[in-house]
Amino acid sequence: MDSQQIFETSHMISSENLDIRTITMGISLLDCIDSDSDRACQKIYDKITNKAKDLVKVGKEIETEYGIPIANKRITVTPISLIAAASGDHDYVKYAKALDRAAKTLGVDFIGGFSALVQKGFQTGDEVLINSLPQALAETNYVCASVNVGSTRSGINMDAVKKMGQIVVDSANLDYMTNTKLVVFCNAVEDNPFMAGGFHGVSEPDVVINVGVSGPGVVKTALEKVAGESMDVVAETIKKTAFKVTRMGQLVGSVAAEKLGVPFGIVDLSLAPTAAAGDSVAEVLEEIGVSQVGAHGTTAALAMLNDAVKKGGLMACNHVGGLSGAFIPVSEDAGMIKAVESGALNISKLEAMTAVCSVGLDMIAIPGDTSPATISGMIADEAAIGMINNKTTAVRVIPVPGKKIGETVEFGGLLGHAPIMAVSNETSDKLINRGGLIPAPVHSFKN
Amino acid sequence: MKAILSVIGQDKIGIIAQVSNLLAKKEINILDVSQTIMEKEFVMMMSLEIPQNADFQSLTESFNKLGKELEVEINLRNSKIYEAMHTLD
Repeated sequence: MDSQQIFETSHMISSENLDIRTITMGISLLDCIDSDSDRACQKIYDKITNKAKDLVKVGKEIETEYGIPIANKRITVTPISLIAAASGDHDYVKYAKALDRAAKTLGVDFIGGFSALVQKGFQTGDEVLINSLPQALAETNYVCASVNVGSTRSGINMDAVKKMGQIVVDSANLDYMTNTKLVVFCNAVEDNPFMAGGFHGVSEPDVVINVGVSGPGVVKTALEKVAGESMDVVAETIKKTAFKVTRMGQLVGSVAAEKLGVPFGIVDLSLAPTAAAGDSVAEVLEEIGVSQVGAHGTTAALAMLNDAVKKGGLMACNHVGGLSGAFIPVSEDAGMIKAVESGALNISKLEAMTAVCSVGLDMIAIPGDTSPATISGMIADEAAIGMINNKTTAVRVIPVPGKKIGETVEFGGLLGHAPIMAVSNETSDKLINRGGLIPAPVHSFKN
Repeated sequence: MKAILSVIGQDKIGIIAQVSNLLAKKEINILDVSQTIMEKEFVMMMSLEIPQNADFQSLTESFNKLGKELEVEINLRNSKIYEAMHTLD
């Protein structure tokens, strides 16, 4: 082994914040369905705590033996709307609490899957689940929820879009932190290990291990060495760096899967920031050449970054999946926070950026008096970008009651803090109140 | 298990001696050593054979402690992490 390479790896871990963002165990709950909801919840608790009993322990063992930090250990489950529908209950808070208890027992960081997929229409379980969201999220600590309201194949369910605007506001009124645990998706993926949008899709194996890698700090450091060189060199540098980072994810995932006796699913090739300095996607974009994120050219830089990360990572692992790309959450990224505070970055620019990167309007704090229809409008716009461009998009906005534009809200931990951002003062009510289904775009007919 | 011990930091007298001494105490065999100055820092890599029944956690803690005393960064890692990153098999 070349000592230069060992030095490089050590440096990436110690000084450039390279980590494995998450080891996520996906667990199917289809065999826990029961018409008696108490019995179903017991089965759910038992299955999760049995299958994942060693997850945290194995994660810690890997951290020690390989000396690579694993930021989170998480669980995803089958969308609860599918599991709970058999019970005929009028709300699913009980199910959320069962998931929460299991997460607490196991010591995992999050459990995702309090979810519903309603891109084409509501089934009974979906409606009950969505109505339960505010209370379920307010009364649990670890449960993450998502609702898929659109897809390229089926169009956008505008009734669901309308509903979710109201749910976000209702949740905020109970506790604004609830919305940090709720994502509204278009084209949600079934093997995503990242929260809050992770769930275990019905086409997945019974139990599976998925891994999410990170490493914006590593990419930034690599780019510092090619300052002033052409974009070709920049793209090539990002590809090579992404390859190395992803190899680490592949190794950690396969070791974890082997130790847990579970198949290894996918590596999510991502650049996920944290609020710590030197671990920021925004700083990578600034290294590529914009003085601050939000400047003209930011979208182009992000598009190139996202593509190069995928190209570099694809060869590094057996199976790639999840969301794979660069994340641009505001509150979790020191550079993004700075850009919003200085006025360089606003929601319109962020929306444009979501057209070329992973996910969407993520961890954005907005004024507490934002109307439900305005939030639905934001959801509709993002869903449309996802639907037309055949990609995943999402909205995770956080109205903070009593806060106005320019004030700051603290979320704590990995979630960071966020300045309250301005939303449009014009209304979207008429559009949102139409309801119905936006038809699938013509390019869904690819057979 | 093959592991790599890396020592990175400000150069000073006795780093190699003290690290080797601790390894001997823990009955760990050194397979290979290389030492150089990289980016103005003292950099030593040791390839080690760690006994199967060794407690990695307590080994890591011992080396962290020694690292603090010597004011250098000492990391002990399964060598697979380096191979994974830099070699294709």
